[in-house]
Amino acid sequence: MLSGLTVSERQLSLVVLGLLAVCGLAMIGAGRNDDALGTHGFIVLGVSLGLTFLVISRYFDPEPSQERLSEYYDDPTRAGIILAMVWAVIGMFVGVWVAALLAWPDLTFDAAWASFGRLRPVHTNGVIFGFGGNALIATSLHVLQRTSRARLPDQFSPWFVLIGYNLFCIIAASGYLMGLTQSKEYAEPEWYADIWLVIVWVVYFLIYIRTLQRRKEPHIYVANWYYMAFILVVAVLHIVNNLALPVSLGHAKSYSVFSGVQDAMVQWWYGHNAVAFFLTAGFLGMLYYYLPKRAERPIFSYRLSIISFWGITFMYMWAGSHHLHYTALPQWVQTLGMTFSVVLLVPSWASAGNALATLNGAWHRVRDDATLRFMMVAAVFYGISTFEGSFMAIRAVNSLSHYTDWTVGHVHAGALGWVAMITFGSFYALVPWMWKQGRMYSPKLVEVHFWFALAGTVIYVFAMWNSGIIQGLMWRTYNDSGTLAYSFIDSLVAMHPYYIARTVGGLFFLIGAVVGAYNIAMTIRMARAAKVREEAGTDVPLPRPVATAMQAGE
Amino acid sequence: MDVDHDSLVAFAKSWGLFYLIALAAGVLVYVFWPSNRKRFDRAKKSILDKDDRPGE
Ligand code: HEM
Repeated sequence: MLSGLTVSERQLSLVVLGLLAVCGLAMIGAGRNDDALGTHGFIVLGVSLGLTFLVISRYFDPEPSQERLSEYYDDPTRAGIILAMVWAVIGMFVGVWVAALLAWPDLTFDAAWASFGRLRPVHTNGVIFGFGGNALIATSLHVLQRTSRARLPDQFSPWFVLIGYNLFCIIAASGYLMGLTQSKEYAEPEWYADIWLVIVWVVYFLIYIRTLQRRKEPHIYVANWYYMAFILVVAVLHIVNNLALPVSLGHAKSYSVFSGVQDAMVQWWYGHNAVAFFLTAGFLGMLYYYLPKRAERPIFSYRLSIISFWGITFMYMWAGSHHLHYTALPQWVQTLGMTFSVVLLVPSWASAGNALATLNGAWHRVRDDATLRFMMVAAVFYGISTFEGSFMAIRAVNSLSHYTDWTVGHVHAGALGWVAMITFGSFYALVPWMWKQGRMYSPKLVEVHFWFALAGTVIYVFAMWNSGIIQGLMWRTYNDSGTLAYSFIDSLVAMHPYYIARTVGGLFFLIGAVVGAYNIAMTIRMARAAKVREEAGTDVPLPRPVATAMQAGE
Repeated sequence: MDVDHDSLVAFAKSWGLFYLIALAAGVLVYVFWPSNRKRFDRAKKSILDKDDRPGE
């Protein structure tokens, strides 16, 4: 893959890696008294030295030919798919682990790193940023090139984004295990990791702008609007929410510049828009490209897709305060968030409906093709979770649901049913195109994955709905003398069976993801074998029947 | 200048409303503008092209 870089790009890589190594050394030096910073310095140094050796070992390879310019640049997309699947397996495994911890709290082996508080952010960040983020980067680079009919502007910057982003994820996850956190949900990494992510993100946005500038299509296809909103808004959110002062430059810990209820409002403005732009907008970009492609039908209404785009972009911004109902936040701000959340249902259902209407007339294909079925189920869960979210945002409903497992059920209807399903569907469409195969290694295993994923999601979500509502009701039941009827521990005991059920649901989902990772790995092997055969001539037996080859990107 | 809570609320309640209405009107005009129809139709269909190379 490295021989795809031109010589000047190889030089640039060495310079950048050198700078990174210097940063690593500085962190080691500065972090002498502070374990976490020093350990992170060693990680940064190790990664930059390892990559330097890799670049040097390929430095004298012949330059890529000019012919490359008449093809799209897909190496980073391929690497991104693999990274996303690796993170999926890790993140979901840790998820099942923390689910088990809630049911059997003694499973921590008395080790600090294995406590619930440290493992939980490894799970949330692993799946959201590791799995989701890599999937977004990989697919966005693919969609961007195809829909603008232009190759990426250079070969260096996509690698910088992909590798830099994964370095951020590693720093984040390893920090949590060491007990390092900013205590802001979904924004736990400390200041130096945050600064690094800003640099990576700016380069990512520039790739988008530079490619769009050179586009050969008059109109920018709507999927790109969603991807761009994702990149741009996440940049703004990330910068504002992470404004913090480090204790000193030699210390990993920092403190937010905001305080009290302002800090809470900024955090949930961030938190909710992370849901909106990280977990929704980017994945809608996927939906608007891969679903029509796979169904071989244009989107039902292009105009509707534009209206819902602007609706989502402008309404989500105001909804964050529904996370702070009944707090010190002024009442009118809570009401504002509640109202916008309810109205938000309109553009959300417009997208879900647009997707389902696109499939109308192709239901036989949904029946036969598990890949398309992944996407259809994703659209349905998108509709369910946004309906549920709008409902839970109503203050009176939230008084029942807040702090309970109902929220967790909602999150996973969104995260498993919508985000992960659309990603797996898109990957199963994309992988054969990227590795130039007629189909996945095993369509049967795609089917297996689909049913594991669906069963896991349904078990999970129903367990948490039940548990959440029971919990909420127990906490607000009074007896004749006007005191609470149940102690907190009573509600915990009532939760126990649901926590076990949730662990089982999560395990199903994890098994599905492992099957998916295996299937993708075998498809890549199939492509390698085909290449070897091609190079060795034709006088070798075919290992297995290969379906007629399709054009890449078909 | 010292902005107190009430004036901020008044500003948000009035101008917030106006700008969202203006935005909604703007989007609707753009979407239904007759000459945009051709571009949208093309964008909608052209992603289904099987050609997998950058344009010249
Ligand atoms: C119309 C769209 C949506 C609205 C109005 C909405 C609303 C809400 C509400 C009211 C809560 C509970 C807040 C609380 O009581 O603490 C919540 C939590 C959450 N929602 Fe949604 N939701 C929507 C869509 C989604 C989607 C599509 C996802 C995708 C995964 C999602 C992910 C989450 C997450 C991760 C949380 C948990 C936040 C926390 O850690 O406390 N939401 N949402």
